[in-house]
Amino acid sequence: MKGIRKIGMHVIFYAVLLGIWALLAKLKVWPSYVFPAPLSVLQSLRDGFADHSFWIGIGVSMKRIIFGYALAILLGMVLGLGVASNKFLEETMGGLLVSLQSLPSICWLPLAVLWFGLTEKAILFVVVMGSLLSITIAMEAGRTQMPKIYRMAGRNLGADGVKLFWYVLLPASLPFILSGLKQGWAFAWRSLISGEMIFVSLGLGQLLMTGRDLNDMSLVIAVMILIVAIGFIVDGLIFRTLERRLQHKWGLTPAT
Amino acid sequence: MTVNFTNPSLLEDRKAPLRIRAGSHWKPDSAPTVAALRADASDIPKVWLKGISLEYKTGNGSRLLALDDINLKVARGEFLCIVGPSGCGKSTLLHLVAGLHQPSSGTVLADDRPVDRPGTDRILIFQELGLFPWLKVGENVEFGMKMKGLAKSERSERVQHYLRLVHLSKFKDSYTHQLSGGMRQRVALARALATEPEVLLMDEPFAALDAQTRDLLHDELERIWAETGCTIIFVTHNVREAVRLGDRVALLTFRPGRVKREYAVDLPRPRHLEDPSVAIAAREILDDLREEINKSIAAEYEGVPV
Repeated sequence: MKGIRKIGMHVIFYAVLLGIWALLAKLKVWPSYVFPAPLSVLQSLRDGFADHSFWIGIGVSMKRIIFGYALAILLGMVLGLGVASNKFLEETMGGLLVSLQSLPSICWLPLAVLWFGLTEKAILFVVVMGSLLSITIAMEAGRTQMPKIYRMAGRNLGADGVKLFWYVLLPASLPFILSGLKQGWAFAWRSLISGEMIFVSLGLGQLLMTGRDLNDMSLVIAVMILIVAIGFIVDGLIFRTLERRLQHKWGLTPAT
Repeated sequence: MTVNFTNPSLLEDRKAPLRIRAGSHWKPDSAPTVAALRADASDIPKVWLKGISLEYKTGNGSRLLALDDINLKVARGEFLCIVGPSGCGKSTLLHLVAGLHQPSSGTVLADDRPVDRPGTDRILIFQELGLFPWLKVGENVEFGMKMKGLAKSERSERVQHYLRLVHLSKFKDSYTHQLSGGMRQRVALARALATEPEVLLMDEPFAALDAQTRDLLHDELERIWAETGCTIIFVTHNVREAVRLGDRVALLTFRPGRVKREYAVDLPRPRHLEDPSVAIAAREILDDLREEINKSIAAEYEGVPV
């Protein structure tokens, strides 16, 4: 019952939003190349998929983010655990990591271009730098803020070394790690799109710039919708489902 | 379903008029020494704390002596209770026996071998339990056996057995947060017992429970102790609980923790918390304890962190 009501509310909200949009377009307050009608955006979406340019764009962007994100997870785990395992590093590098996180990842692009040229590596570098810090910080937080009792209980029950890490420390810090992974993904996705916009290559960011170059506002909005949709699918479906399952398991929220 | 933990003989006891059973009079141990206790000199103690001292470095850099020259022998199969005011290092003592920390000086011996690391022959039940929330009840119980490398079939058999022992068979697939405090306590007990430890270390396990649940768990623990024949070192601040459960009670002083006195409890079992003989015995110990509690309160008022 509650679910139906919620869906109903969403339907009404978006219907009204679309209605206002359609109305404004119909009134021709602004010329249509500045403010396209919903139907023309829909047409662009359809065309984009029909001529495969959207599929290619999505494919290229997804390939980049999967590589970049996987690399960031790997490096972030190693770095985070390294920092957490050493008091000196924790007190010195911990602060550096947090301050570096305030740097928008696109700021790494000039450096990446000079180091790697206009190549895939440069884009990959920006994606990794975008998400690496969140993942590192989350791994470190997981190791340092996890209740000490789990470690003691694990040792007490005969776990040590690799077993202690795998069966106790890792699962105990999972809530921290998951939130870091989620944040890392969001940063990686943003970095990727910005990177692709600035530098000529395939991908969704590039499609957005194509729209601008062609003065095709419908295409621009269509690609923006795509970017939001992919973000929503990964964040809203994958990460939120994982989070909900974890919370249920840990008893952090009442089971639904 | 309600599980009936109650031992019928205890129920009768509660209904019976107040009387001290023959031979159950409290005999204060005027010269409480280790020699006076049941531990036979020729017998190797199960756990032997030999001149244990522990020094901490506090936040402001000064050193704090938490435990000072503790000497305690625990016989095989004995139920030793340790009481003392908060801040006397009771919990720390258990951590040392468990091998989670090392003393600054002295040695902990288990079966005459020095303890230098945790081992599943000595299992500690923490005050805050430390159950793993990411594992189901059954998996929590299984954990120690899995670390030991026991075969899967034997593990699941033992999980069944120990869950039955603590009356939680129906909750094997629940998560620990779905259980009540008393049930979680029993999971921790089952998890500890499943590794079949020779020494069970319990750190104020029943402090946070309501009186009824605690009474039931006392009966349970006594029964399990009798069934398994393990050695138990039980830390509590509740003197009555100590007398209810222990063969012997050791009283620690407030900071630094020293063994102030030991008391042999030779009341017949099963005992009950409300037994007059238990109350009388407890009063004797409580008088000695009160002095230490006052010291701990004074320290608290003077702003010394406890």
